[in-house]
Amino acid sequence: MRFELTEEQRAFGDALERLLSGADTAAVARAWADGDHEPGLKLWARLAEQGVTVLATDASPVEVVIAFEALGRYAVPGPWVESAAYLPIALGREVEGVATVAAPPHAPFALDADVADAVYLAGPNGLTEVTPGDRHGSVDRTRHLFEVAASDPAPEDAAFDLSALATAAQLLGLGERVLADTVAYAKQRRQFGREIGSYQAIKHQLADVRIALDFARPLVHGAAVSLAEPVETAPRAVSAAKVMCGDAAYLAARTGLQVHGAIGYTQEFDLSIWITKIRALVTAWGTPTFHRGRILASLTAQTGG
Amino acid sequence: MDLELSESELAFQAEARAWLAANVPAEPLPSMDTAEGWALHQEWEARLAADRWSVVSWPRDYHGRDASLIEWVIFEEEYYRAGAPGRVSQNGIFLLAPIIFEHGTKDQQDRFLPTMATGEEIWAQCWSEPEAGSDLASLNSTARRDDGRGGWVLNGQKTWSSRATYATWGFGLFRSDPEAARHHGLTYFLFPLDADGVTVRPIAQLDGEAGFAEVFFDDVFVPDADVLGAPGDGWRVAMSTAGNERGLSLRSPGRFCAAADRLVDLYRSSAVEVRGAPAPSLETSDVGKNVVDAWLKAEAYRLYTWGTVTRLADGGEMGAAGSVNKVWWSELDIALHETALDLLGTDAELDSTWLDGYTFALSGPIYAGTNEIQRNIIAERILGLPREPKGAQR
Repeated sequence: MRFELTEEQRAFGDALERLLSGADTAAVARAWADGDHEPGLKLWARLAEQGVTVLATDASPVEVVIAFEALGRYAVPGPWVESAAYLPIALGREVEGVATVAAPPHAPFALDADVADAVYLAGPNGLTEVTPGDRHGSVDRTRHLFEVAASDPAPEDAAFDLSALATAAQLLGLGERVLADTVAYAKQRRQFGREIGSYQAIKHQLADVRIALDFARPLVHGAAVSLAEPVETAPRAVSAAKVMCGDAAYLAARTGLQVHGAIGYTQEFDLSIWITKIRALVTAWGTPTFHRGRILASLTAQTGG
Repeated sequence: MDLELSESELAFQAEARAWLAANVPAEPLPSMDTAEGWALHQEWEARLAADRWSVVSWPRDYHGRDASLIEWVIFEEEYYRAGAPGRVSQNGIFLLAPIIFEHGTKDQQDRFLPTMATGEEIWAQCWSEPEAGSDLASLNSTARRDDGRGGWVLNGQKTWSSRATYATWGFGLFRSDPEAARHHGLTYFLFPLDADGVTVRPIAQLDGEAGFAEVFFDDVFVPDADVLGAPGDGWRVAMSTAGNERGLSLRSPGRFCAAADRLVDLYRSSAVEVRGAPAPSLETSDVGKNVVDAWLKAEAYRLYTWGTVTRLADGGEMGAAGSVNKVWWSELDIALHETALDLLGTDAELDSTWLDGYTFALSGPIYAGTNEIQRNIIAERILGLPREPKGAQR
């Protein structure tokens, strides 16, 4: 029993952290939101060089969640879940370049189909290549969602589970970043003659975010371990991770906004990139209600508790 | 990264499971806070000790098995899964024993640990005072030096002392140097609760049982042999183990995982009706969501604990993470039992093990340092937020 990342896994996470911390990802996200994909695709290529696009086929789900937590922490835009989690499993091979997929009903649109080299639709009989239709805006301005032809539901298979788990890990990273930025702000912003972070009302809210994220992370790692084996309860473990990371990140977003006050409510301030992405990912790849339902069905199907 | 148990850990698990299956009382014991229940709980402690299951992580010389931290967590999971009784000797085993192991003399270890392991002597914690609850360093009970008799004379009052009604020994901090600053000049004492000058007055709790008591000290003599650690060093002694691995042991995840499993069973069986009234439905209530969330949070706690255990085995320290733990399990315990009461409908107010569990859970956010204090610790020590200026809180 060793429920901790190995040295190599830590080193991989640190390498991604170094790459992303120097990449001004907030500017990349702003450009992507405005339809300028060039900085985002350059970053995509650098992350691909680090191996992020081959993890699903060549490494384990543990490496996948390490990478997606980092992508979340830096709010990296693009169809990463689709290209680096879903499609490699569904196709049985890594994706060359950038691809995207719609897997209704939990991922009904093709994310960022306008930059994808290939656009797929997942259904009961597997993948078909499709031509994307109308574009919809998302609460997260970096997510460009494209209609695809209607299809019967895609199966909740290994590709779906890895995608839901990668989204959970992204949410974890997004929540961690919002907490870190909010703590930094609370230490520096002064009201009534002292730092707002010295007020117990602020402290307790931020402590609750710390607690929520601390208990969401082991569910992400636990689900990654159970998908790696894989065990019968793996889908339930994935749903557990998705629900708790969604709740924790959303708490981080709401608290972060509250503590920042009006500045946090502006588009100009970078916090907006993180909190709108959190809101979008809470329902992406399975809503909390869907995942809770999957957990309840699994728990009550067992005999004798 | 894995969650697989080794051969020897699996063997340990199987042995514990088999022993518990053969020995756990078929019926729940009466409350430990009644005279009858107390005696039966002491018998249960003796039965555990006879086969070395009362203190698995202790050395073999003191009735233990030298079990690793991982084995301890495994044992706790099995213990609660088997529906075994709550531990009447918990305060001694989890709060005092680690300090006796670290700071006690060989004589103290030999005198106190074996009888604690067998349940022969049950210990009460005497921390809080009427004016010192969460702000423990503000305590006022005194210890006066008595060189003639080679010891100390205790005066003052402790309160909310868990298990003191029936326990035979107590442990607590007393101010031995009135000139010293708040956290200094405190000394850690061990004393029999039937000593001359000690008066124990039971306090009825919410449920009517005397789970805690006030303890009055009127010139109570304690010999030097019963001072734990150096005189004046009581605060450091008391805190030395507060944050370490044993901090984990106050509430092991096994309890909550077992309760969450029982909650799922209750949900399954109560889906029809209670006394003619329809059970809470998914359409009109949050009860299904709450069942899932209780299970989820217990599962998160289980996995979080495996991570903690791995880090501690690697030489890490618990530190302020103990506060994160405490807020989590105490709030989980209440949410879990509230959900069960929701499922019981109008029967929720009737006596039941769920109701007992609920009343017990209500104390969780209050004792062992209130959750407000824990959140301050998390904010200041983990997040690095500034301390509240002096005087602002009061």
